[in-house]
Parts: sequence; structure tokens; C-alpha cells
Amino acid sequence: MGKTHASSPLPPVEAGHNPHLAHHFDTEQQQFESVKLGMWIFLATEVLLFSGLFCAYAVYRSNHPEVFRWAHVFLNVKLGAINTVVLITSSLSMAWAVRAAQLGQQRLLKICLVLTLIGAMGFLGIKYVEYKNKWHEGLLWAGRYQPTAEAQQELLHAGQRHGQVSAPATAPREAPQSAPATEGDGLKIERSLILLPAEGPAGLKAAGVGRVAQLSQQVPKQLWWFFGIYFLMTGLHGIHVIGGIGAISWLLVRSMKGQFGPRYYTPVDLVGLYWHLVDVIWIFLFPLLYLIR
Amino acid sequence: MAEAKNLPRGDLPTGARQHGPATGHVVSVRILLGVWALLLVLTLLTVQTVISPWADFGSRMDLYIALAIATVKAALVLLYFMHLRYDSPLNAMWFIFALFFVALFIGGLIGDSQQYQSDLIPGYAPAMNP
Repeated sequence: MGKTHASSPLPPVEAGHNPHLAHHFDTEQQQFESVKLGMWIFLATEVLLFSGLFCAYAVYRSNHPEVFRWAHVFLNVKLGAINTVVLITSSLSMAWAVRAAQLGQQRLLKICLVLTLIGAMGFLGIKYVEYKNKWHEGLLWAGRYQPTAEAQQELLHAGQRHGQVSAPATAPREAPQSAPATEGDGLKIERSLILLPAEGPAGLKAAGVGRVAQLSQQVPKQLWWFFGIYFLMTGLHGIHVIGGIGAISWLLVRSMKGQFGPRYYTPVDLVGLYWHLVDVIWIFLFPLLYLIR
Repeated sequence: MAEAKNLPRGDLPTGARQHGPATGHVVSVRILLGVWALLLVLTLLTVQTVISPWADFGSRMDLYIALAIATVKAALVLLYFMHLRYDSPLNAMWFIFALFFVALFIGGLIGDSQQYQSDLIPGYAPAMNP
């Protein structure tokens, strides 16, 4: 391949040589596409990093569904939804910043980067509030799980609201005669604890989810498993958000020096890709952790 | 021109260096705002499916519906905000390969752990193993 030699007899500007074009690339287009491909490979590794944690979630949830059904009441769905909206909007402003850089709209570029930063810090602020609440209620990971009395009361009230536990007497409910007699055949499932259709508003559903519903009648002992997974996943995601804040601030400083424009906007594009991936990961985290009925 | 030789170069088209700006495709404002609005609507839909009593399909269907909506949202972000729709297909292929391996990872792990995990320690997974 005939490589164009580094020293052209003409000064770079006159030869049309973009100072950002590295000499091992033939054209700017090729350089841009290679750099972008490299970034996508990095994003693929990030996806696999988080997939390990999603695997932990999947295994724990499939083996202990009752733990997840109980523990989720401690998560505030409203705050989680606000966080989702905040991140989606910051993704919009980031994508718009890339567009502004491509079109040379310097002021809009800076505004969009600042908006993205505000979104990111808002997300971290809401996360901080959530973590603080968990800390005060003693709802932490394995060794440090010590729910306060208020937290335990809240759990019981939530359980009663959802019709899962009976009143504080905690006696197993006596159901009217269930049709197939199970007492004599050695099965361990106690049919008397399953709500028959005539009794509860969620009768058919409860009858279909017999075993889990039965187990959900009492507070499971191992609620800290949920919180271990919760803090690990949202914590790692939060660390990625902090890294993103650093990268976007760097972009802001560079854009204030006027270094981005239609001929060179690669860093804006690549940090944008990273930020969108952080958003995509949260889009999956939110329903898995917060939206459990 | 100060070049000593002016021979036509065989490896470059028309003998001129390609040095135009690599602006690439610029996403229109309409698409940006449209995708953003769609994402917000889908977020609202996901939350409503789980918290409202009239959409009670059972906790397993909840999970599938929520994951399906999340996949649509992620696809929107990937295609439009991250430009995959307008890029070279190689970038998309990399990401899809990664997703394939994630599916393999999670699928294999769940399948394996469902086979025997709950039997290992008595009383460990009461929901799976009475």
C-alpha cells in the first residue's frame, strides 16, 4: 500500500492536511470509523461486565422469588422513575451536543454539555437520597443488614396491604374444605394457606402461584440478598455515572477552548456513546430492581 | 506546486488526497425529540403496567412485559441516539455479538442452576424445592 509519507513538501494547511489526521490512516473518514469501532468494542466489554451482575440477579431471583417479592417494597418506584427520566433527558442533551459539534454550533454544544452534566449530577443526587434512606433504615448488604423497627413495620404493613399476610395474629388461615384432599398423601404443600377464589380479590392469581404465594405469607429471612444485589448493581452503575461526569467535564473544558467543530468532533461522539450506554444499562436496571409487584 | 515529481498516484482516486471533513450523518432535531418523547412514553407504560391494579398479569408476565418494553427503549437509544442506524453495520454487529454472548451467559447459568442448585443445601431455596 502506498503510504503517504509524513513530511509533505507543503505546509499542512495548504496541502489540506487536517492536523487531526494521524499518519497511519489514509483518510479522515477511515480514521473516524476505526476510532468509532474501537469505542464500540469497548462498549461491548462494558455490556459483558454488567451482564455478570445481571446473571447474579437472574440466578438469585429464579431461586428465591419470595425474597424479591418482599424486599422490593423498600425501593421507591417514584424516585426510580424520576431517575430514569433524568437519564433519558441527559441522553437527549448528549446526542444534541454531538449534533451541535457536527454543525459547528459552539454555544449550543456547551449548553448541551452543561445540561448533560446537570442531569448526571441530578441522578447521583437522587441516588444519594435513596442510599441515605437505606442506611438509616439499616437495609444494607449481607453482614450489615439490620433493619430498624420502622423498616420491619413497613414490611409487615406492605405485606398486609398486598394481602400476603394475615393480621398480626399470624395464624395460618383456615380455608373451607378444598376439593382434592391432600392431607393424606404426604405432600408438604399446605393447601389451607392458599387463598381460594371465593376469598380474595386476587384469588385465581394466587391459586396459580401457589408455592410462592404460600412462602410469601411470611417475611423471608434472607432479605439482605436483595440488598446485596441492589447495592452492587446500582453502585457499579453509579461509578460509571461518576466516570461519565469526569469525561463530559473534560469535553466541556475542551469545547470552551473551541477545539470541536465539523472537522473534528470525535471525542464528543465517543463520550456520547459511553453516556448512552450508561443510560441503556439503567433502562434495564430500573424494571428489574424497582418494578417488581 | 513545490513537488518535484507530479506522477499520478495509483493508490488514491483521481490522484488527489481525500481530506474532506468526515462529518458523517447528522441526526435531525425532529428525530432526537421524537425518540426522547417515545422513551418517556414507554417509561410511563412500564411503570403503569406494574403499579396499576388493572394490569395485573402475574409477576412472571410483569417481568416479561417490563423486559420487552426495556428492550424497545434500549433499541431506540441504540439506533438513533447512538447512531447505529446510520453507521457502518460492523458497529452494530459488535454489539449484537455482545448481546448474544450475554444471552448465552444468562441462559446457560440459569439452566444450570435450576438443575441442582436448590438441592445442595436443604432449605436453601424453599420456593423451588419444598
